[in-house]
Amino acid sequence: MNSMPRLVLVLTLITAGAGLILSLVESVTREPIAEQRRLETLRALQAVLPPANNSPDQDTVQLVTGKDKRGRDVLRTFFRGRQDGTLSGVAFKVVAPDGYSGNIEVMVGIAPGGTVAGIEILSHAETPGLGDKITLPSFKANFAGKNLGNADWRVKKDGGSFDQITGATISPRAVVGAVRKGLEFYRDHRDQVLVENRGDKP
Amino acid sequence: MTLGQEFRKGFWRHNAVFRLLLGLCPALAVTTSAENGIGMGLATTFVLVCSNIVVSSLRKVIPAKVRIPSFIVVIASFVTVVQLCMEAYFYDLYKALGIFIPLIVVNCLILGRAEAFASKNRLAPAVVDGVGMGLGFTLALFVLGSVRELFGSGALLGYSVFGPDYQPLLLMILPPGAFIAMGILLAAMNKFDARRK
Repeated sequence: MNSMPRLVLVLTLITAGAGLILSLVESVTREPIAEQRRLETLRALQAVLPPANNSPDQDTVQLVTGKDKRGRDVLRTFFRGRQDGTLSGVAFKVVAPDGYSGNIEVMVGIAPGGTVAGIEILSHAETPGLGDKITLPSFKANFAGKNLGNADWRVKKDGGSFDQITGATISPRAVVGAVRKGLEFYRDHRDQVLVENRGDKP
Repeated sequence: MTLGQEFRKGFWRHNAVFRLLLGLCPALAVTTSAENGIGMGLATTFVLVCSNIVVSSLRKVIPAKVRIPSFIVVIASFVTVVQLCMEAYFYDLYKALGIFIPLIVVNCLILGRAEAFASKNRLAPAVVDGVGMGLGFTLALFVLGSVRELFGSGALLGYSVFGPDYQPLLLMILPPGAFIAMGILLAAMNKFDARRK
């Protein structure tokens, strides 16, 4: 017959040991994990921004884009790329909530004037083999050189100027819509995005 | 059973996926490619061996009444260790496996081996059992992933096999394909066993 104090003692010791090991592992892996996440953002930024030789992930502005359901501010970070100190482009992340399954996160890079330089799909859960073709270079190339003035921001099926994907219209439609909203936000808030940070010049 | 037999049983006779039908959730969900299958299998093997070691060493200390919560704490800790290390050092694999890494905790293969084997055996057999069952699980996931990748995207381990003209059988990558491939492989294994007798 096991006495109650023994049960409590053993279980407490086991959980305490587990906690100790986990805190050790966490402290060892904290730095590499932060570095991996930074590298991932940096890779996406390099893919979408016009040539830049600063660290765009260090040169950012955060603006409020709206409120979520609980009334908290939704922030969007604008990453600014600079070539020898002159602004060469701005990148920001938009989320398309109306994909086929789940949110599609897209990094958009634009020249200061508002013309898209490139886009990169950061994460998605679209159908493999159909909707996930939004990650192909041929689809992403659709966006380069387009701005709010020179293109109709809808897929061709809806009468716009963006190629959809055979068998999958929902995913491209969601991406095109999200990028368009991002560009409109940039157009309306350009002065705030391009404002110089106080003190920490690049 | 000798140690050699304990090791070999995991590959065919007591194979976790195809014979015990344990751990089917990750086996069906992540095997969209052979590479994902290997990654998931090795992560599970690591957790299984570690949990078998701890459970077997503590088997005389842990009272029977609290053994299940104790096992779960041990397993969950190792899974978190795997998750943190994978995110730090194998980031691409971490992104590919996603939610299924934390879900290794509820893989009934691991709790099953802790309860049925490690808690009743000495350290050496428990380690051998963990390695054998884990590698058998990895092999099963690799085979399942290979079949699905081969027909679903015409490639194996990312290298194109059937050439660019192949029209992929998309169904095999989607969830139903997992069940179909699993069923066909199970049937083939049973047929082979029946013939050998």
